[in-house]
Amino acid sequence: MDATRAEVCAAALADFFEGDGEIMASPMGLLPTLGARLAKLTHSPGLLLTDGEAMALDGVPPLGESSGVVEGWIPFRAVLDVVVPHGKRHVIMGATQLDRHGNQNISCIGDFARPERQLLGVRGAPGNTVNNKTSYWVPKHSARVFVEQVDMVSGVGRKRAGQAGAAATRFHNVHRVASNLGVFDFHGPDHALRLVSVHPGVTVDEVRKASGCDLHVEGDVPETRTPSAEELALIREVLDPTSLRDREVPAA
Amino acid sequence: MTEARTRNKVMSVDDAVARLEDGMTIGIGGWGSRRKPMALVRAILRSDLKDLTIVSYGGPDVGLLCAAGKVTKLVYAFVSLDSIPLEPLFRAARENAAVEVEEWDEGMFQTGLRAAAQRLPFLPMRAGLGSDVMTHNPRLRTVTSPHDDGEELVAVPALDLDVALVHMNRADEHGNAQYFGPDPYFDDLFCLAASQRFVSTEQIVDTAELTADAPVQTLLLNRMMVDGVVETRNGAHFTTCVPDYGRDEKFQKTYATAAADPASWVEFEQRFLSGDERAYQDAVAAFHAEQSGGN
Repeated sequence: MDATRAEVCAAALADFFEGDGEIMASPMGLLPTLGARLAKLTHSPGLLLTDGEAMALDGVPPLGESSGVVEGWIPFRAVLDVVVPHGKRHVIMGATQLDRHGNQNISCIGDFARPERQLLGVRGAPGNTVNNKTSYWVPKHSARVFVEQVDMVSGVGRKRAGQAGAAATRFHNVHRVASNLGVFDFHGPDHALRLVSVHPGVTVDEVRKASGCDLHVEGDVPETRTPSAEELALIREVLDPTSLRDREVPAA
Repeated sequence: MTEARTRNKVMSVDDAVARLEDGMTIGIGGWGSRRKPMALVRAILRSDLKDLTIVSYGGPDVGLLCAAGKVTKLVYAFVSLDSIPLEPLFRAARENAAVEVEEWDEGMFQTGLRAAAQRLPFLPMRAGLGSDVMTHNPRLRTVTSPHDDGEELVAVPALDLDVALVHMNRADEHGNAQYFGPDPYFDDLFCLAASQRFVSTEQIVDTAELTADAPVQTLLLNRMMVDGVVETRNGAHFTTCVPDYGRDEKFQKTYATAAADPASWVEFEQRFLSGDERAYQDAVAAFHAEQSGGN
């Protein structure tokens, strides 16, 4: 059976963790969690996963569950004291807005002094982006999310980090973005958003039209890889037997 | 000399709140919708206190105090109900520009508390560099390392507090207090950063009982860090206080739904927030009886 769009996204997100070794994976949201668990069961067994609260879990439970043998204690203070500042972490955050230069916004829409729509606040995004590896996940690619310039820089893109000085770029590593349409990085000119691959069935033009910002495209854009038979079995039978993934990314 | 050691610090929620004054900077422990000192927050709602500056990893504490018009200024990194991402009363306050705010990074917020705890004017850190946290907070400045690296870092100013309010699972009458849940959050830092410290607790026990059945590491607060102890069963409701109880999701949902609509909010306030803490707990019990009794 062919892989669904959600399954392609899960494998793409799993690939973000490749080579990370023994660090904490902090996936925010459903598909990133699926991706991190898939990575741990395949190419990245060293990843440290948590229950989303204070426990590190030895074992890889299905989505919606956080059971398993506790292998460590990582309360919020330990994340802030020893994980974030030492870069032993790869976080995949969401983004209400994401701009061409890799700046992300989860704080508010509109003018900060009187927002049209107040969101969460910056949370840990400023610290994450200047200390540890950071990627983003956008389940519904649209011109409202991919904007020319975000309203409030919560997560810092490479160009802004550069303007803030060497201390901000020393550990800066905004790695990749996945959406329901494709995979992106910031290796365009001047650290601009670049299309790395389009998911099977998606055209470059479609991605362009769905984006509210300029998109750097080089030559023929490859297709995002499809999950292997082993990965599909893990996704379907082990990690997400009730197909929660299809609610976040409906079949195209 | 033994007077201080044996000082009985037990008081009521209203006694504790009577010690607060208009214009104070108040730090509130817990995190989001987790182990918040809600009974103390409700006592502030009943008081005539005003013009407060609230420092919090925000949850419903922040929303309720904003909606009651108690807050002039907020310092936070986020405000969330956890299982419901956005706090409706906080959103309304922001979207109406009803409160002055300082929005910081989560780690930066911890560093500000730590600077206050250590009686330092600031501590350097990397978080915040390049972000709009620096743009929108004029009192955040940078400091350049005097060493060979010459790095320019954020000089996170001390978050000095007049008062800290925290909720713990168990305490003795002197202010030795412990948590049994998975996370201490930052309650010890809040107490160390404040001049006056009030801890509410599920249960006050004899000192010897604190470690009779629990490891000494659960004792997050020692009596040097506490000025008042309040016994308030279910005092973190509707936030979590595990293992004593989890979040009251049903009630939180009702809260959030009511909070998103001004007319429903008036009803919610009348039903749950117009009396004392006993009346609140009774109304919550009646709410659950109604829910489980069907229509």
